Amino acid sequence: MHDDIKSLENKIINIRNDFPILNREINEHNLSYLDNAASSQKPNIVLDKIHSIYSTSYANVHRGVHTLSMEATQAYETVRNTVAKFINAPNHQEIIYTKGTTDSINLFCLGWAKNNLKKGDKVVLSEVEHHANLVPWFMLRDTIGIIIEYIPVGKDYLLDMNIAEQVIDSKTKVVSISHISNSLGTIAPLKEIIAIAHKNNAIVLIDGAQSVPHERIDVTSLDIDVLVFSAHKMCGPTGVGILWAKKSILDQMEPVIGGGDMISSVTFDNAKWNDIPYRFEAGTPNIVGVIGLGSAIEYLEAVNFSELSQFSHYLSEYARKELSSIPEVQVLGPDNPNDRSNLFSFVINDIHPHDIAQVLDAQGVAIRAGHHCAQPTLNKFGFSSTARASFYLYNSIEDAKQLVDGVHSVISRFT
Amino acid sequence: MDNGLDDLYREIILDHNRNPRNYGSIQQDSVISIEEYNPLCGDKIIIYLISNAGIVEKVQFEGEGCSISQASASIMTDLIAGVDIEQANKLIEEFHNFMIDNNDDFEQNQLGDIDALQGVRKFPARVKCASLAWASLEKAINSLDN
Repeated sequence: MHDDIKSLENKIINIRNDFPILNREINEHNLSYLDNAASSQKPNIVLDKIHSIYSTSYANVHRGVHTLSMEATQAYETVRNTVAKFINAPNHQEIIYTKGTTDSINLFCLGWAKNNLKKGDKVVLSEVEHHANLVPWFMLRDTIGIIIEYIPVGKDYLLDMNIAEQVIDSKTKVVSISHISNSLGTIAPLKEIIAIAHKNNAIVLIDGAQSVPHERIDVTSLDIDVLVFSAHKMCGPTGVGILWAKKSILDQMEPVIGGGDMISSVTFDNAKWNDIPYRFEAGTPNIVGVIGLGSAIEYLEAVNFSELSQFSHYLSEYARKELSSIPEVQVLGPDNPNDRSNLFSFVINDIHPHDIAQVLDAQGVAIRAGHHCAQPTLNKFGFSSTARASFYLYNSIEDAKQLVDGVHSVISRFT
Repeated sequence: MDNGLDDLYREIILDHNRNPRNYGSIQQDSVISIEEYNPLCGDKIIIYLISNAGIVEKVQFEGEGCSISQASASIMTDLIAGVDIEQANKLIEEFHNFMIDNNDDFEQNQLGDIDALQGVRKFPARVKCASLAWASLEKAINSLDN
């Protein structure tokens, strides 16, 4: 083991103490939680924050003059600065709170794309997208007649950038791409895609659901136009997501949901929209969820999350190598480790992934089995479902070994 | 200790999964075919049913999915071939009672290999797998009535 990996391994021991759920036994085994791409576990700092806000400083935001409302509002609003700093956005007013990545993409489609695109305009996606970055665009196509084209994924599990150069053309108005594929683990060449898109004056939306939890995404230096991600995959609570977009884009965006908080004044006939970002946040928001996201980001910063991500990658590569050496197992994903993130999909001969997950669960190993909301991607490679192991900053080498042992027992049960 | 796995993956189930009975499509004008999906995991079952004079003459299936869904389909086709429509409806109801309502009052002589699916009931997430073939059978039978 490399020295710096060794020192990270020592660091992980302390990290694990921050996550109480890791003490749980599942079916009389230590929990090996490898379903992080679906959702991550929560550290004490987030759990304590949620508890303390509800216990000491809870009230509705933006309304009251009273102390509790002011405290809640301040805690809630401060998170915009935390998020802006985290992704290096120039202005905290560009941070819009949503329910999650899916909600963020839908808001962008209905708020911006629906009002700024016209029939025949092209939107380019990739063939490794999550359903959340496909279906909203299908719905928009069926309403206003945009054209959807794809950057294909090759047999090597990589996006075909030669074809990307042709597909992204002067008719292209939006390129909407996931940074990391949640089913294949493929890392998209962001810089290249952004350069091609901008050469054609297209806006770039990056679905960061699988990348923001693991590495610093600097929207300014990458010159991203729109970034979306979810709190729950990065140690934060469920029900909170972020839509960040450049101010010039937000200025062209219309509200999608009307109600309280999104207006500056209302008569019996009309309403005037509130300022950005409030005009996109109608109704009482997920106040404590947002505050929890703030704590999650503070935690990620404090533990140097992008450094720990190297250890998650090491574990993923270790497990992948061990599983690849088993003749019955086929591991999916690109050949070069640099093109792979901290997750991988695998299949075992004709054993259905559901059965794999069931037997692994009996040994305390939590993985995902199914189509991972990326049905077209898996179908392209001839699979209807796969098993997926995904690693995060609290996973240990024991977790990875437990997976490998578990796969051996899956095979012996079914053959 | 096996956490109910031995009960879930009984030898009969694994055998039906490895060697499914009545597998394959039926190409015939009078065939009724019904496709069912489990959107959760992408399991797919297609049931082909031929009936004549109120009797289910032949049932076959195709599909892909976990061992539970495939074995359950295989067992179902064995059980349902040759019975009349009334009896088929009764079996569907009894399967429902057995799998979802946890009722063991299946008439013993009609049970066939269904009994081997008992272990599935301890894994609520898998009940849907076991029920998929029966759901498509029910649709096929209902479409006969119309």
